[in-house]
Amino acid sequence: MSKIHVTTTVNGEPAEFLCEPQESLLDVLRDKLQLTGSKEGCGSGDCGACSITLDGRLVCSCLVLGVEAEGKTIGTIEGLANGDELHPLQRKFLEHAALQCGFCTPGLLVATKALLDANPNPTETEARFWLAGNLCRCTGYDKIIRAVMDAAAEMRGEHA
Amino acid sequence: MPRLSYAAPASVPDAIKLLAGAEGLAKVLSGGTDLLVQLRSGRTRPELIVDTKKIPGIIGIRETEDGFVIGAATSGAEIGENAALVAAYPGVVEGTNLIGSTQVQGRASLAGNLCNASPAADSVPALIAAGAVAVVVGPNGQRNVPVGQIVIAPGRTSLAKGEFILEFHLPKPKAKQSDAYLRFIPRTEMDIAVVGCGVNLTLDANGVITAACIVLGAVAPTQVVVEAAAKAIIGTKLDDAALAALDAAARAACNPITDKRGTIEFRTKIAGVLARRAAKIAYDRAGAR
Ligand SMILES: Cc1cc2nc3c(=O)[nH]c(=O)nc-3n(C[C@H](O)[C@H](O)[C@H](O)COP(=O)(O)OP(=O)(O)OC[C@H]3O[C@@H](n4cnc5c(N)ncnc54)[C@H](O)[C@@H]3O)c2cc1C
Ligand code: FES
Ligand code: FES
Repeated sequence: MSKIHVTTTVNGEPAEFLCEPQESLLDVLRDKLQLTGSKEGCGSGDCGACSITLDGRLVCSCLVLGVEAEGKTIGTIEGLANGDELHPLQRKFLEHAALQCGFCTPGLLVATKALLDANPNPTETEARFWLAGNLCRCTGYDKIIRAVMDAAAEMRGEHA
Repeated sequence: MPRLSYAAPASVPDAIKLLAGAEGLAKVLSGGTDLLVQLRSGRTRPELIVDTKKIPGIIGIRETEDGFVIGAATSGAEIGENAALVAAYPGVVEGTNLIGSTQVQGRASLAGNLCNASPAADSVPALIAAGAVAVVVGPNGQRNVPVGQIVIAPGRTSLAKGEFILEFHLPKPKAKQSDAYLRFIPRTEMDIAVVGCGVNLTLDANGVITAACIVLGAVAPTQVVVEAAAKAIIGTKLDDAALAALDAAARAACNPITDKRGTIEFRTKIAGVLARRAAKIAYDRAGAR
């Protein structure tokens, strides 16, 4: 059987690829579109390292088929920074040392961005529940939460 | 392994034709949060995946004169954002929103949760308690099936070849009717229910229960509608004696297994506890209407 041709939009740019029906969107992003920021931790929806947005919704790209991207709008970690200028979330993750190995970081940043888009002023509890599907084996989460809360405050203009 | 094909039909007749015409195993795809995991592990080996999400109306929520229509593939996130549905059916929504993480909520649907046919599925007890009906379409037309009659065994449904669920109908709640769902898990997030309990209650103007439905999950091969538990509290104001009778009836209805999440004894005890707690929440919500 021949591969399926898919036309989609990734980080605001048109993109197209050929893929097998069973290939995950994560594999397509990494192997076909060379967007290797999204990581595969588990491949089963448990770790969140593959987090992306699909038509604005936060999802695990390991649990989306590549063919499902047809006509959709995808957002990945590669779309977060503005050229060489880091997004405030990325800056705050660095300032707070909210990463060690960094494997979970792209997924956490994409997930946090989705949180702050929906709710610019989350409580710590809300942030922790929202991010419960993003596992980190290194940091113990506390620094991540500090970075998230600090970035949210800055993005609300509370540091100026 | 046979080659897999994928189709995303844009109409119900096209989807039925594909599903009914498949020679081997054909699987409906909604959010994929069960199906893709099982595909990867090799637990299911379909030759065809029919993605229903391009069918008009299969995603979305409509409020009608009779109640609510929830498209089969509507995500948990979208369900949780619908203020009218949250107000009318807080129990159905809290059960649905307990499924997985934010990411899983972005895709997980009611049809997938139901048709995956796990005894621990979190949206199902409250849906059954609410009297929800699944609209099933297939080669022989459309039939309306109470949600409680879809799952027949772990991993098995009553749907025939070529059939799938198009939408769910929830009746308009009566005055002083409300619901609740509680589950027990060893953690606070991201785990499978050891026991789940959905309760739907209707009160009269004096706070006396006039109708009740109590449904347990994860204590038997399929969800259990505990009629004795409903009888135990109908005609009462959910006083201590009624709660004790409810607890006993819920425990008596259990036929659980022992696994790493809980023993038979533990599950049985917790079923009684959750039935009481969920009933109290539903009672207070109904009374506040
Ligand atoms: C990390 C993680 C955590 C999870 N946590 C929970 C949890 O806490 N509680 C819980 O209950 N579940 C949980 N799940 C399981 C899963 O997310 C839910 O069961 C979800 O509701 C499935 O919906 P879906 O749309 O993704 O289904 P899919 O994967 O698309 O489908 C599931 C099954 O239903 C069938 N199906 C789908 N749509 C239809 C239809 N319209 N008509 C007929 N059959 C159909 C499919 O063929 C398949 O067999 C979790 C899953 C993951 C990956
Ligand atoms: S790789 Fe997708 S959730 Fe872990
Ligand atoms: S920094 Fe290593 S997993 Fe999070």
